[in-house]
Amino acid sequence: MDKILVVQPEKCTGCRTCELVCSYTHTGEINPARARISVFSFERVGFSTPVVCQQCTSAACMAVCPVGAISRDNNGAMVVNHDRCLRCKMCAIACPLGATLYDYVEDKMVKCDLCGGDPACVKLCPSGAISYQDANAANFTKRKDYAARFKDVYEEVG
Amino acid sequence: MYAWTGNMIRVNLSDKTIKLEKLNNDDMKNYIGARGLGTRIYTKEVDPQIDPLSPENKMIFITGPLTGTLAGSGGRFNVVTKGPLNGTIAASNSGGNWGPELKFAGYDGIIFEGRAEKPVYLWINNDQIELRDAEDLWGKDAHDTTDLVKAATDEEAKVACIGPAGENLVKFACIMNEYNRAAGRSGVGAVMGSKNLKAVAVRGTRGIKIADYEGFLNAITDTRAKLKAHPVTGAGLAAYGTNVLVNILNEHGGLPVKNFSEAAVYPNAEKISGEYQAEHNLIRNKGCFGCPIGCGRVSKNKGKYKGIGEGPEYEATWGFGSNLDIDDFEAASKANFLCNELGMDPITLAATIACAVEMVEKGFIPREKADLNWGDTDMLVEMTRQTAYREGFGDELAEGSYRLAEKYGHPEYSMSVKKQEMPAYDPRGQQGIGLEYATSNRGGCHVRGYMTSPEVLGIPEKVDPDTTEGKPGLLKVFQDLTALVDSAGICLFTTFAIGLPEIAEELRTATGLNLSDEEFLLVGERVWNLEKVFNLKAGLSKKDDTLPPRLLEEPMKGGPHKGNVVKLEEMLVEYYQVRGWDENGVPGQAKLNELGMTDVAI
Repeated sequence: MDKILVVQPEKCTGCRTCELVCSYTHTGEINPARARISVFSFERVGFSTPVVCQQCTSAACMAVCPVGAISRDNNGAMVVNHDRCLRCKMCAIACPLGATLYDYVEDKMVKCDLCGGDPACVKLCPSGAISYQDANAANFTKRKDYAARFKDVYEEVG
Repeated sequence: MYAWTGNMIRVNLSDKTIKLEKLNNDDMKNYIGARGLGTRIYTKEVDPQIDPLSPENKMIFITGPLTGTLAGSGGRFNVVTKGPLNGTIAASNSGGNWGPELKFAGYDGIIFEGRAEKPVYLWINNDQIELRDAEDLWGKDAHDTTDLVKAATDEEAKVACIGPAGENLVKFACIMNEYNRAAGRSGVGAVMGSKNLKAVAVRGTRGIKIADYEGFLNAITDTRAKLKAHPVTGAGLAAYGTNVLVNILNEHGGLPVKNFSEAAVYPNAEKISGEYQAEHNLIRNKGCFGCPIGCGRVSKNKGKYKGIGEGPEYEATWGFGSNLDIDDFEAASKANFLCNELGMDPITLAATIACAVEMVEKGFIPREKADLNWGDTDMLVEMTRQTAYREGFGDELAEGSYRLAEKYGHPEYSMSVKKQEMPAYDPRGQQGIGLEYATSNRGGCHVRGYMTSPEVLGIPEKVDPDTTEGKPGLLKVFQDLTALVDSAGICLFTTFAIGLPEIAEELRTATGLNLSDEEFLLVGERVWNLEKVFNLKAGLSKKDDTLPPRLLEEPMKGGPHKGNVVKLEEMLVEYYQVRGWDENGVPGQAKLNELGMTDVAI
């Protein structure tokens, strides 16, 4: 089972470290506008969350690409073959998360590539809001958290 | 150019001209950035004698080389100007997201000069820079202004602005950025108001270049690991925010109560503590740009003062809490939320209200003028609002505690140094923080040399809070290192966990500047002397390096430090010696030359 990037908004402090380290490791400069991950903060209510490619099983970016430039690598990441890519940007339009982007500096389509299996954002996220784990294990944790809420309710009522 | 962009924007608000300039290479090396470089540029251009609220004053928004980078907590910028609260050099420091965005737009800073005829705001979108009409924004609070400016420019623009307090020239108005982060002290918001400058919006999509890719990645990985591992930056501040200090300072016997008039032990401290907030009000932790600490609090009031906002920080909790004998956390929080919206410094506001309450109680301010009482939460909320709008008695509070107390004949009840109010540490319980307050270049202030760290928290090592021995030398190191930190563009809170070697390594690898650790520390000493020279030329002297008589003459009434006063004079003599200044606290030309400041005349 492939590992996935699991985002937990309730832990995100909105610090944008993920954007910084993503741009630094992929472009050599620090520039959130070129990061493959973006943090959105709704300041009035104090909510923040990172948004990043979820490496969909039915990947719209791959399906829509007219020249087959997008494929899944050994780590389960959807990656772009820049030699084959036409820069038609259909992948960016098709992605339901807006997580496929056009890098205007290098003139290429970019997206999260899971850093070859060792995501830099996970390593530096200070609050554990982004983790890299087995997809089923991640869902198990969520199911367990949800079950715990039931438990609390039953304890209160009981 | 690495880490810096090398570019400054100069905006003349009087004739609406906008020019681009290059930073001076020697100044970058000698003063680094933000507080240091801003002060260098400012003091070269502005006569220290000018009126802070006149068009002759300038204000410089400026970042440091580490601002906007991956350096731990590297999101800071400074606003450098002559402050209207007390006429000292003001370098007011803010986190948030505004400073980094300016770097991404391609600029290290902006110099504002003159005065706009009508309200304007500045819009910077990479290469495109323009002044725009802000008449419709005038009167709006900081949150609404931020929303409206984003709507008119770019959803992703970062906005620094003033609220009604800045417009109304409240002497301690802040500049807010991205809703709840503030360049909080010295009244820099009033300078912006005096210039009819409502906001500065920035959008940048350009990158910051780093000199040594691998070296910098190693340096920031090391720094961030240390910040996560340290009990203060990795645990205490994350769990309880700066309010973690309420119980700590109370147990220490240093949490001021009722305008410093009682023993610095508040019986109800638990009810305004960080632990209380975490249990009852905390929604989530909030980090400034690039910050692994995340001390910010998103907090929710549920009772009569209901609402969501950020904070309060420890200083505000103390000011609106124990210093007014208020043990209702949500009331203190409400006053703080209002300060964020209206754009005011909660430290000075709270201390000014406390001064007023004591003077009303003692009969110096007539009760018909203001019916103020200790512990009155509705009064607090109403006075906060009135001050920002200069309504009723708020018009007098808006001048700060010193002018208020002087007006009613008793300046000694102003708990201020150089007319700026002291924060939440009673120096009778900490001799070193007393010396820090007395010598700080912007008056009553804890973030110029945070002696609470060694004296109370034991970081980097515990020193006896009650002794004066060794304090002047230790304070000098703290002040110089802090000036370097503020000039680099990182947060002072990092220094709980990291020191000069880590900061110097981040600076070296980011900028390519090949200076030793000691040479970087010398930058801090240079900044300190430059600020001091400005203040002397502005008319301040040794007589201003003092504390309110209460702290020098009235022994602490109880608690662990009962009977203590601050033994300032003996520390001050030694402090001047340690600084290499004369007996009147004046740095001679020889000292300035020794620091390489041959072109700064005393």
